Amino acid sequence: MAEVPVSWFLTLSAVLFVLGVSGFLFRRNIITVFMSIELMLNAVNLTFITFAYQLKQVNGHLFAFFVMVVAAAEATVGLAIILTVFKNRSTLNIDDVNSMKN
Amino acid sequence: MDVILFLVFAIIAVVCAINVVVQSHPISSAVSLIGVMGSLAILYLLLGAEFIAAAQVIVYAGAVMVLFIFVIMLLNAGTEVRKGRSLMVQVLGVPLLIALLGVLAFFVQRLYPRSTVHFGGFRGGSALAIGRALFTTYLLPFEITSILILIAILGAIVLARKELE
Repeated sequence: MAEVPVSWFLTLSAVLFVLGVSGFLFRRNIITVFMSIELMLNAVNLTFITFAYQLKQVNGHLFAFFVMVVAAAEATVGLAIILTVFKNRSTLNIDDVNSMKN
Repeated sequence: MDVILFLVFAIIAVVCAINVVVQSHPISSAVSLIGVMGSLAILYLLLGAEFIAAAQVIVYAGAVMVLFIFVIMLLNAGTEVRKGRSLMVQVLGVPLLIALLGVLAFFVQRLYPRSTVHFGGFRGGSALAIGRALFTTYLLPFEITSILILIAILGAIVLARKELE
């Protein structure tokens, strides 16, 4: 078998996405939570590229490109927010940032 | 050959992704995430997405992760403290995630049982093809993206600047 099944790529994408979700849910450091979001976006990108291959269309690549651009913008703003939170509260633990609770 | 390439880089990606989740220090997570992104770039090349593979290395592994590592070093983020979490998370979290993975993998196998990927099977991912689509069909989203980036730059400056007395 010289050719890779498409489903392997999609399954790898699912594995990476689930790992991203688990990092998002289980980690308490706000920077690691943010990195888990990037991991999920990467997994979705892999799905887009795989479907672009399967349908022999370039549109999937464009979607992946826009996801990348939005992820870069999101990282910029998110890290600025993290800086501000740390400046005001001196903590990176998301359990301690709960002033909107109650 | 394709299978070997896929397996090697898929395993690297999964191991690095697990490392991202289990490492307790943010720097280790960030370096592992660069490993995930690099091996995904190789898989994009395998799928014929040359431009996206290059953009993945430059934008993600280069720019975004350097930003992350800057912030980690700037804030001097240490090892995270593990606190007690709710019983429901401890009991249900991992089984539910494995169930999600199982459902996703099951439907993927059911829906695409026979289609395969070989290197060179799709050659439409060059910079030429991407550029042509980007400046014809996707011109409006492209221009809106520039506004989005402008807003992001302004937002980052406003959030991270020093308050003026």
